[in-house]
Amino acid sequence: MNAVDVRGLTKRYGNFSAVEDLSLGVPRGQVYGFLGPNGSGKSTTIRMLCGLLAPSGGEGTVLGVDFRKNPKELRQRIGYMSQKFSLYADLTVLENLRFYAGLYGLGGGALRRRVDTMVALADLEGQEKSLTGTLSAGVRQRLALGCALMHHPELLFLDEPTSGVDLRSRRRFWDLIYDLAAEGTTVLVTTHFMDEAEHCDHIGFIFRGRLVATDTPEGLKKRFPGTIYALETPSPPALLENLEEEKIPGVRDLYVFGPRLHAVVEGALPEALGRWSPREIPPSLEDVFVALVQDNERKGER
Amino acid sequence: MIRIENVTKRFGAREAVRGVSLHLPRGTLCGLVGPDGAGKTTLLRMVAGVLAPTAGSITVGGARGYMPQRFSLYEDCTVEENMTLFGTLQGLRGKDLPQRSQELLRRYDLLPFRDRLAGRLSGGMKQKLALSAALLSEPEVLILDEPGTGVDPLSRREIWRALHGMHREGRTIVVATPSMDEAQLCSFLVFLSRGRVRERGTPGEICAAYPWTVLRVVGPERRDLREVLAACPCEECHAFGAAWHLAVRDEESARRALEEALARFGIEGYEISRVPPSLEDVFVFREEE
Repeated sequence: MNAVDVRGLTKRYGNFSAVEDLSLGVPRGQVYGFLGPNGSGKSTTIRMLCGLLAPSGGEGTVLGVDFRKNPKELRQRIGYMSQKFSLYADLTVLENLRFYAGLYGLGGGALRRRVDTMVALADLEGQEKSLTGTLSAGVRQRLALGCALMHHPELLFLDEPTSGVDLRSRRRFWDLIYDLAAEGTTVLVTTHFMDEAEHCDHIGFIFRGRLVATDTPEGLKKRFPGTIYALETPSPPALLENLEEEKIPGVRDLYVFGPRLHAVVEGALPEALGRWSPREIPPSLEDVFVALVQDNERKGER
Repeated sequence: MIRIENVTKRFGAREAVRGVSLHLPRGTLCGLVGPDGAGKTTLLRMVAGVLAPTAGSITVGGARGYMPQRFSLYEDCTVEENMTLFGTLQGLRGKDLPQRSQELLRRYDLLPFRDRLAGRLSGGMKQKLALSAALLSEPEVLILDEPGTGVDPLSRREIWRALHGMHREGRTIVVATPSMDEAQLCSFLVFLSRGRVRERGTPGEICAAYPWTVLRVVGPERRDLREVLAACPCEECHAFGAAWHLAVRDEESARRALEEALARFGIEGYEISRVPPSLEDVFVFREEE
């Protein structure tokens, strides 16, 4: 049975459709990446699945529970870490963990043991007595994760957990996600870092409230519409402007990538690009993301 | 042009920035990288003129635009009202203001949201609005604190396109970023750690100075590889997108050790290749918390 199984999920605010007819199936134990542009409805979807926001339409189950009818039961079994997870800045790490443990009804020895487990699991040793307000973003995010995991949730929703966190902390955070998944926890995570999306078993791509693509990272890349060529040039931004003015047929997109210019080409390599020593390169998930947005925008304009 | 001379900033007993000297000629697109707490934001705030150094001096040639890390616009005003307010504060008058405002909002896909309260925008849209507000008066020197954070990949590309455009116009830009992909797009990089400049140079120079050889390992099951690689002798090992990167001293012996370990764990269908070091390889293990 899937951890998440919903059909036709919809949320409207007046005339504005934040989420429209969204169907989603997430198998248990999977790390599911939920991608999409800013404002496409990812957070709204998550908040509905957590039972925090009443949908305008749709049906289904989360952990086998009707998420519309039994949000309270559901909340005992899921964890949710939002973009701005509430931690008390003037409490220490330990005090925040104890506070959340208390909220979930733990007390006495059980509370102490669970708090100790969370300190170890969230990699917080040595920080127990630090005031939360003085922690770096990376440590704060791990503390938030520890709090969200206090009650052994079977399903964990992470909404941009690594935004504003440095490289090394991001890696540590993903190691934790892997550990959780290995223990059987289902994780649904949103991110704007495409290298993180690579770590997901499956990806759902949402655009203007609709799920427009769903596949494994590899599957999405195989379906990439076109070929990407890296062009050699001393100044990629300058070449980008020049080539854009030329409007070469077949070139659907150009962007600077490090010391090179990447050209996304439909069909055969245009002759005009030959002089920049074009070298074919495999699409990245970022290329996939951009192409999905552009294609769906074009469809929307038609 | 920005000239920073022996600048130190103390907060009580804590030294956030320690004796930093930097000269960025006009037209530099300088990326500021380093772990959380390295002093990037403090340094940027001093360059922006909103914080005074404890010691040392900073000279900036030209009007400054500053986009702080924390969203600093009015959440209870609409997108358009914020633009009008900040444009007026920056001295824009008459038709210029609505024209420039429209142009920027269109460029960053904010036009459909112009009547929305800024507090109701998603994280990425807030970033784009803050950038638009900083660009209203077309400043000579731009100071940006993590403009790509919380922003989706397409919008991030658009932001960098705009930065490259301004760079080509000869403006001086300093931008803090946690992303090595973004750092690659700068003309000059400064790596800050514990308040000091540890490294500086073009992205190419910094990668060329990396002392190890990088081996890239791609396997059928990425997660299984983590344990295998942990058992291999190497200087550094980290996940790199869908692959794993190992920094090794000697390519030949490292390959042998890797192949043996993979065979021992019964993993087949992997590929090992040597790749040039990227900024991520160079910096990932220098970021001590």
